[in-house]
Amino acid sequence: MASRPPSSLLPLVLDDVSFAARGRTILDRVNLTLERGVRTVVLGPNGAGKSVLLRVMHGLISPTSGSVRWSAREAPGAPRRQAMVFQRPVMFRRSVMGNLRFALEVAGVPRAERGGRAEAALDRVGLSGIAHQPARVLSGGEQQRLALARAWMLAPEVLFLDEPTANLDPGSARAIEAIVQAIHDAGTKIVMVTHNLGQARRLADEILFLHGGRLCERSAAADFFHRPATAEAAAYLEGELPWRLTAAA
Amino acid sequence: MVVTLDPKLGEIVLLSLRVSVSSVALAGVFALPLGAAVAVAEFPGKRGVVTTLNALLGLPAVVVGLAIYLLLSRSGPLGAFGILFTPSAMVIAQAVLVFPLLAALTRQVVADAWGESREQLVSLGAGTWTSAFALLVDVRYTLVTIVLAGFGRAIAEVGAVMIVGGNIDGVTRVMTTAIALETSKGDLPLAVGLGIVLLAIVFALNIAATAIKDAAQRHHG
Repeated sequence: MASRPPSSLLPLVLDDVSFAARGRTILDRVNLTLERGVRTVVLGPNGAGKSVLLRVMHGLISPTSGSVRWSAREAPGAPRRQAMVFQRPVMFRRSVMGNLRFALEVAGVPRAERGGRAEAALDRVGLSGIAHQPARVLSGGEQQRLALARAWMLAPEVLFLDEPTANLDPGSARAIEAIVQAIHDAGTKIVMVTHNLGQARRLADEILFLHGGRLCERSAAADFFHRPATAEAAAYLEGELPWRLTAAA
Repeated sequence: MVVTLDPKLGEIVLLSLRVSVSSVALAGVFALPLGAAVAVAEFPGKRGVVTTLNALLGLPAVVVGLAIYLLLSRSGPLGAFGILFTPSAMVIAQAVLVFPLLAALTRQVVADAWGESREQLVSLGAGTWTSAFALLVDVRYTLVTIVLAGFGRAIAEVGAVMIVGGNIDGVTRVMTTAIALETSKGDLPLAVGLGIVLLAIVFALNIAATAIKDAAQRHHG
C-alpha cells in the first residue's frame, strides 16, 4: 500500500512513568522497554496498576510524569497501529458485521474492501455463522471473540489485552487463548494482563510483575514461575497476601 | 364535529402538523449533532455550555415568541424578510423553542453512551466527530423518543406561535391558538374538538415512542 513500509512501533520505552489520581499513586516510576516477538504477560495483585499501565502504553490515559515513547510516531488522525481488547467487550448497537465495518471505516479502509476483510476476520475466530446478528445480544464469549476479530482485522503491530477472559467460562477462555496465540503467530506483539496464573503459564514468554504501582520483577516466564526473584512475587504465586508475609516476619 | 371532520378543523390540524414537523426537523438537524459533539468533545467552558443547555430546557414559549417577534418585526434586524405573521415565522419560533430540548437530551444520552465506549472509540482511533456520529447511530432509538418529545412540546405550545403567527384565520391559525381563541369567544364545541385531536396526537406519539424503544431493546439488547 505505502511506497515504503513504515518503521516499527517497537521497541516501546517507558521512562520513569508515574500516574496518580486523586492523590493516590497508581503507577510509580515504571521503567521498561518492550521488544517485539515475545508475549508479555502482566501479573500482579488487585490494585497493582496493571490496567492503568496498559492504558498508559496504549495512550488512553496520559502519565502524570515520565514518558511513553514508541519507536515510530503514530500521526494523529492516521489509522492506529496498535489495538486493545478490554475486559468487557464494547460493541455498538449494530450487527456483528456492522461493528467490524465501522472499525474498518475508522481505520480508513476503502468501502469496497471492508466486507471481505470483515468476513475473513469472522472466519478466523469462528463467528462466520452469526455475521448478521445484533452484536450486543451475543454471549460474553462470542462478544470477546468478536472484539478480538475486530482488533486482529486491523493488523496491529501491538495488541493490548486487559483480562480478556476474566468474565468467561473456562471453555470460552480457552477459545480466546487460542485466538491470542494465533494473533501472536501472525506477528503481532501481545501484551496481556491476566489474573489467571494457568493462562499466564500457557501464554507468557515473559512476565512483568507489578506490585503497588511499581514494576517489581521482570523475568522469563519459566524463571518467574519456578524461581520468583522477589518476596512479593513469591507471595503472589502462593496466593498469599503480602501483608501477611510482612506481619509474620 | 370531530367525526364529520369539519374542513376548517382539518385545515387547522394540518397547519399545526406542518409547522411543528418542520420546526422539529429544522431544530433537529442542528441540535442532534451539536448535542453529540458537546457530549464527546473536551473544550474549555464545557460545563457552562452544558449548564446553559439544561437551563434552556425551561425556556418559556412566550419569551421565545417575543424574541422572534422583535427579530422579525418590520423594524427588527430580520424585518426585511417580511415573514412575521406567516407559518415560516412560526416554524422558526418553534425551532428555537425545541432546539435546547433536543440538544440537551441528546447530549445526556450520548454522554452516557460515550462513558461506556470512550476507550474503545479512542483505541480504534476515532476522532471527536467520528465518535459523535457513531454514538448518534448507536442511540438512534432513544433519539426517536427525544425527537417525538420535541414534537410534542412544539405542537402543544401556544405562546410562541400566537405572538409570531398572529392567529390569522386560514393563514396562521393552529390548534393551540384556535383553542385559546374559541374558548375566549365561547365557541366551546370547536375548542373541545381541537382539544381532543391535540390530545390524540400527543398520546399517539408517546405510544409510538414507547413501542419503538421496546422493539429496539428486544432486538439489540
